[in-house]
Amino acid sequence: MVEEIGKTADGDIIINIGPQHPATHGVLHLVVTLNGETIKKIESHLGYIHRSIEKMCESLTYRQFIYVTSRMDYLSSHINNHACALTVEKAMQIEVPARAQVIRVLMDELTRIASHELWWGAMAMDLGAFTPFFHAFRERESINDIMEETCGARLTMNYMVPGGVMQDIHPNFQNRVKTFLKLYKSKIHEYDELVTGNIIFQNRMKGIGIISPEDAISYGMSGPALRGSGVSCDIRKVYPYEIYDQLDFDEVLETGCDSFARYMVRLREMQQSIRIIEQLIDNIPEGEFQAKTKAVLKLPKGEFYQKVETARGEFGVYIVSEGGTTPYRIKFRSPGFSNLSALDHMARGSKLGDLIAMMGTLDLVIPDIDR
Amino acid sequence: MTNEDLKTNFAQLLATASFEEGGEWLNVNIDAKDWILLAEYLRRDESLLFNSLFCLTCIDWKTHLTMVYHLTSTKYRHNIVIKSKLDSKNPEIETVAHIWRTAEFHEREVYEMFGVNFLNHPDLRLLILPDGWEGKNPLRKDFEDPINMIKL
Repeated sequence: MVEEIGKTADGDIIINIGPQHPATHGVLHLVVTLNGETIKKIESHLGYIHRSIEKMCESLTYRQFIYVTSRMDYLSSHINNHACALTVEKAMQIEVPARAQVIRVLMDELTRIASHELWWGAMAMDLGAFTPFFHAFRERESINDIMEETCGARLTMNYMVPGGVMQDIHPNFQNRVKTFLKLYKSKIHEYDELVTGNIIFQNRMKGIGIISPEDAISYGMSGPALRGSGVSCDIRKVYPYEIYDQLDFDEVLETGCDSFARYMVRLREMQQSIRIIEQLIDNIPEGEFQAKTKAVLKLPKGEFYQKVETARGEFGVYIVSEGGTTPYRIKFRSPGFSNLSALDHMARGSKLGDLIAMMGTLDLVIPDIDR
Repeated sequence: MTNEDLKTNFAQLLATASFEEGGEWLNVNIDAKDWILLAEYLRRDESLLFNSLFCLTCIDWKTHLTMVYHLTSTKYRHNIVIKSKLDSKNPEIETVAHIWRTAEFHEREVYEMFGVNFLNHPDLRLLILPDGWEGKNPLRKDFEDPINMIKL
């Protein structure tokens, strides 16, 4: 794309951000038209990590395709797997044992915290602060250790299967999670002291990247990015799945519509995840961790859709079945794809330096956008 | 509104619409030429207010293509699925990018993956695929790529 560097007829400068740029956290290519330092237009070029996962899934069975979805939003891999498992269970009317349901929700919330931790560290780093990254990873490491012990992997876990979870939790699981909770609670004040209260940080975040609730909905935004504009959209609350309707937690809403509001939503959301984990960790029911299912899963003819709340927003799985052992067509509605589409609207008229702060608060994961 | 209410509403609105029931949400089959007016109405009407297009995709049925639009209302929390059959040789449908802005990206994706031509789209070109892929539509069932294997 070298030919795109240059000037337009109006004397505006066109620059390329990415595909290899530290602030894009992956291979995202933005062609930015600038007038001086003011952004006039942003054009996204995607596909640098496109693997055609939807097409691949058409030749995988309903047991196999779940593992590919861990590779989309790798920071929410449990939640992606969960969505796929739920869709298959919904179609086949499989009853999931209570124990598996609780384990799944615990894993989802741990994942959410881990994902938000990484986002927090990486975002502060985008703004030039290197220390927060290490603070965030200190807590994130202990979640990864919990995952490693129970699921055998630290990133692409592949733990949830149709009917429940792949294996029972490790005997250490509860103790480890409790240790993590203690650690997290003793450190959470550092987040505010180090970053949130910092006046330079606040100046760079407040009033930046404003998007109205109407525009945000129209652009299909979801998750913390939409809740930063004050729109209630948490799938866990609005269309509850698994056992979320029996749990006591709040949907975090901010009305600032700017980068700082989106930042605060994620930060406060971690506390809500902690609340959920605290309610469940001592109440994991005894029993089976997986329902009895047939070795070969066959979905009835029809169309099935399931949405869940990942760390980034609304993730949807749409399966079209012809009655066979593989899906006829599968579509993943990824939250990052829609959130990214709002970036152009959000950033017009802002300064180039603020673009990085905006991208940080959208929390883009590129494999999730490209699929 | 419940699925039943939505159905009664629709039957009055569009005589040619047919319904598929049994699923979680009401599925409405419409003619491609009715889509733009209907979309406008679904978005603006106070009692429907489908302000969020949360999923837009296409299915290749070999004999024809089907566009699928999943709509929801953040106010009333009701959902609906609109489907429209397109000719697989020359698939064409009006864009809804000006009604739901998210459609701009999603339609570009369907354009490159299925070759559907969205009429009056503000910027219809490749989004995910690299330059030179025009005319080859990877998510069509007849697409073969022996070099970059995507089938097992």
